[in-house]
Amino acid sequence: MSLLEVNNLQVQFETTDGIVSAVNNVSFSLEEGKILAIVGESGSGKSQTVFAMMGLLDQNGHATGSVKFEDQEILNLSISELNLIRSEKIAIIFQDPMTSLNPYMKVSAQMAEVLIHHKGLSKTDAIKQSISMLDAVQIPDARNLIRMYPHEFSGGMRQRVMIAMSLLCHPKLLIADEPTTALDVTVQAQIMHLLSDIQKEFGTSIILITHDLGVVAGNSDETLVMYGGQVMEIATTELIYASPTHPYTQGLMSAVPRLDDNAVKLKTIQGNPPDAMLDPVGCPFSPRCKFSKDICSTHTPELLETGENKHFRACHVAFKELL
Amino acid sequence: MFNYIIKRIGIAIPTLLILIVVTFYLMHAAPGGPFTSERPLPAQVLANIEAKYGLDQPVWRQMINYSWGVVTEFDFGPSYKYHDRTVNEIIAQGFPITLKYGFWSFIVAIGVGIPLGAIAAIRKNTWIDYFAVGVSIGAQVLPNFVMAPLLIIVFTLWLGWLPGGGWHGGDWEYLVMPVIALSTSYMASIARITRSSMLEVLNANYIRTARAKGLPTKTIFFRHVFKPSLLPVISYLGPAFVGLITGSVVIDMIFSTGGMGYFFVNAAFNRDYAVMMGITILVGSLTILFSLIADLLYAWVDPKIRY
Repeated sequence: MSLLEVNNLQVQFETTDGIVSAVNNVSFSLEEGKILAIVGESGSGKSQTVFAMMGLLDQNGHATGSVKFEDQEILNLSISELNLIRSEKIAIIFQDPMTSLNPYMKVSAQMAEVLIHHKGLSKTDAIKQSISMLDAVQIPDARNLIRMYPHEFSGGMRQRVMIAMSLLCHPKLLIADEPTTALDVTVQAQIMHLLSDIQKEFGTSIILITHDLGVVAGNSDETLVMYGGQVMEIATTELIYASPTHPYTQGLMSAVPRLDDNAVKLKTIQGNPPDAMLDPVGCPFSPRCKFSKDICSTHTPELLETGENKHFRACHVAFKELL
Repeated sequence: MFNYIIKRIGIAIPTLLILIVVTFYLMHAAPGGPFTSERPLPAQVLANIEAKYGLDQPVWRQMINYSWGVVTEFDFGPSYKYHDRTVNEIIAQGFPITLKYGFWSFIVAIGVGIPLGAIAAIRKNTWIDYFAVGVSIGAQVLPNFVMAPLLIIVFTLWLGWLPGGGWHGGDWEYLVMPVIALSTSYMASIARITRSSMLEVLNANYIRTARAKGLPTKTIFFRHVFKPSLLPVISYLGPAFVGLITGSVVIDMIFSTGGMGYFFVNAAFNRDYAVMMGITILVGSLTILFSLIADLLYAWVDPKIRY
């Protein structure tokens, strides 16, 4: 049984200019104790997919489809029902640790309130447990630092605080929404190590959202590639790297700069991401795709297994033709 | 913090000095004096009176003498108009009245403005929001000198519920209309400021974090949203206080409440120099004190600000 099963998830936003479809028919599943990476460029619907799961969409957002967590439907639950899941079973850490912690509250208060609310602990006990969680994410001198305000921490430390805060109730699933994007490279590596340590130590499943393929490579079991709000390809991370079968994934891989390559100009994928205002017709990647055929702009390709174990791709063009 | 307060008080002294000098010269620059009247006094009599009050001396000397009296003896001098009373006595009579309805106006402006703005923000784009925004715009375009006569027309002349003026020791029925007239536009501004800052806070990333933590909506509002939303309101309190003081002039004239505004206006008409100076210094000091309190309050709410 999968821990999480997402089926035909659709997210739309009502704006003054019309309806924006951010996520279209996204389906995937996640096994317990695994790390799933969701990659894609900005605006591909990665974050909105997980926000929809946790009921964190903006007020003008609307999600349809199905999200099952431990066999329970959790999409569009009431706030009070969601609050039994948020933090207790599914926790999330956000992209920008600078703004995601409340600047007007001490770290101790922000962490303790999670335990006070969910576990009914006293304030003293809650702070004690918070301190040991800060120790666990390797914040030095947690006993004293917990009394500080977020702005007194560095960016990497703040992200550690966020991670510690999300782990307080030992959730089964941790969603990390671009946890390292706002951090510098050395700190990025530390945070990624921390996340994989957590996965090993607590057995937490992780959904790792990123647009950094380097982060994906060493830190995930499976990879889901998104484009224009749709799933392009899902496979084990090894397979995705060894033999990407989708033109978009191939484009992404070849766009990663390599140290052993002396090319003067970096490789890119020509063109721009699609306008989410327009109704999705056909494959969203087709206008930028080298292999595009007539059918690509009229029919949306289905996500089909390629024959190899659990390797799914959504493309009209046969894999052989891409080689 | 302590150093900061000392520094602010240090800055207050030159500020007050500039206030005294400018006011003193402006006052004397206006034509006429306290003893000019329609029927001119004989020149010798006028000269005697002016000599008694020191008005025959150059303005700078008068100013220094006056300031010396204020600093050393806390003596704001005699009134030129009410010969039997000193300025200190006039302030002692008028200030408590102004303070009482000013205090209540402040309470009403904050106590109604903040909840109104908060409800509008939480229920954005619903009829409650439109109603609150409508009320606050309406209240803001009605200045107190229009509001006050309107209140008298409605509540005194038409309905006969409230007395149209007077003070009577500050009984509530004498307090209601001055407080409404004085507080309404500040209430409206505070509501508007609260609404927009709260909308901003509600969209902040850390509120999304709070929601992701699974906290109940009420907890999120009172622990995470409320305090940061008040920061712009706190910065507005300083100017609002000054506005309330100047507004009291209108209130005193229309409702005959007998507060400091009444004495201030009369003093200006009569060139009652000492009364004008006394009230100016008092109001100036209060303004400085109040903006200091507002700044300290700001630092208390926002941990990023440390003095």
